[in-house]
Amino acid sequence: MRHFPVEPPPFFHRGPSPLARLAFFALISLALLFADTRYRYLENVRHAIGAVLYPVQRALELPAEGITYVASYFASNRALSVNNRELKEQLLAEAPAVQGYKSLETENARLRALLDVGARFAGASTPAEVLYSGRDPFSQKLFVDKGESAGVQPGQAVIDEAGVVGQVTRVFPAMAEVTLVTDKDHAVPVKVERSGVRSVMYGAGTGRLPELRFLSPNAEIQAGDRLVTSGIDGTYPAGLAVAQVVSVERETGQIFARVLCRPLAGVDKSPQVLILGHAAASARPRPEEPAESDAPRKGRGRRR
Amino acid sequence: MPQLFAFARPEEILLPVQPWFVVLTLFLGLLCNIVPATGVAQTMKPDFLALVLLYWCIREPRLISVGIAWCLGLVMDVADATVFGQHALAYAVLAYGAEYFRRRVLRFPLWQQAVQVALLLLFCTGLVLLVRVVGGAPMPRLTYGVGPLVGALLWPIVTVLLQSTQRPRRSKDG
Repeated sequence: MRHFPVEPPPFFHRGPSPLARLAFFALISLALLFADTRYRYLENVRHAIGAVLYPVQRALELPAEGITYVASYFASNRALSVNNRELKEQLLAEAPAVQGYKSLETENARLRALLDVGARFAGASTPAEVLYSGRDPFSQKLFVDKGESAGVQPGQAVIDEAGVVGQVTRVFPAMAEVTLVTDKDHAVPVKVERSGVRSVMYGAGTGRLPELRFLSPNAEIQAGDRLVTSGIDGTYPAGLAVAQVVSVERETGQIFARVLCRPLAGVDKSPQVLILGHAAASARPRPEEPAESDAPRKGRGRRR
Repeated sequence: MPQLFAFARPEEILLPVQPWFVVLTLFLGLLCNIVPATGVAQTMKPDFLALVLLYWCIREPRLISVGIAWCLGLVMDVADATVFGQHALAYAVLAYGAEYFRRRVLRFPLWQQAVQVALLLLFCTGLVLLVRVVGGAPMPRLTYGVGPLVGALLWPIVTVLLQSTQRPRRSKDG
């Protein structure tokens, strides 16, 4: 009497069982997650895949760009003339400031030289066009069409015509990733333009207004105040407009006031942005941070 | 042409799939994922790549399985600028789920398949969410779950489209 083999004959060689493969890949994924969040070892791999994806992403932009181009071609004469007049009026309104600017700049440079303070801007700034905003509902990111080849470096500030948009956080060969000021992990050192009160503005994520934390309830701040960068972090040059205070809640019983603000820049709307050169202040060595600080490393501490 | 929109019943034998077609559709899925969207479109947008991947994992487990799903997940991680490994993990689990449930899923008519696909896609999205929240992200709104549901609604369409090259051509007298 013949015995049938217990296992079916190997008609189909399928390698390790699905569960074994899943366990294997899940472990690698977890290792990757850990390595990427804690140590950022994998920027090179990201670079490589990003470089391959770039032409594809650009190609996908083309239809939309084409439509915009055709639409702008047929823009009516009237709309153009209205636009032109508005621009001229704006130019005229700003003319005194612009004409005074040159002499102010030389005066400022002289004063700064006297005080032995570095220049505010290093000068070289790169205009860039926004390719697309991140599709990730969790993080507030933007991709612009200038990258390593244009000399962009991580840490540079990005502004548009109205104010600060964010900060370059990753640089690819031909594009760069900008983390917006509304991102949850992003912090901007600001001061109130009117009173000079310093604080830090923390992004709150998609659909929520950024807030100023740790401001005492009696701080000199009110709704409508403009916030500008204070420049004390060495990342953002001082004096850039950031946001406007929307509401200040002072509750008795709370240690801090709750201050919500709205970014001035068209943070996720502006099609063109300017990547500023490194602030001169950042050339100065930062004091060493204590090695074993358990404080949450927010904002630029994590980004750089 | 009712025949065009009919999908193969379990007992119907399909022509063997062309590997280039699988690669092409996965690539198209990736493209659809990369297309930028804002506002309502972004909320409604399903994960096309996961959908196509799920289809091939269910239909052709010997061609597409956990390993390839994982690699595609890595590509999505770069395209989305998210932490490495989160899409990879989610897609690998999705592929395994597909492999585990494929015989059961295929027994049902398309609309009931869609329900099970919805569960798989929701689980996949939930895994990404879990990784994000553990990493310190705030909980998103409930609309975050709309994408996978839209994906499940697209399942019958995806099935009919992806099957189109494999359906046997009927002879005229047949």
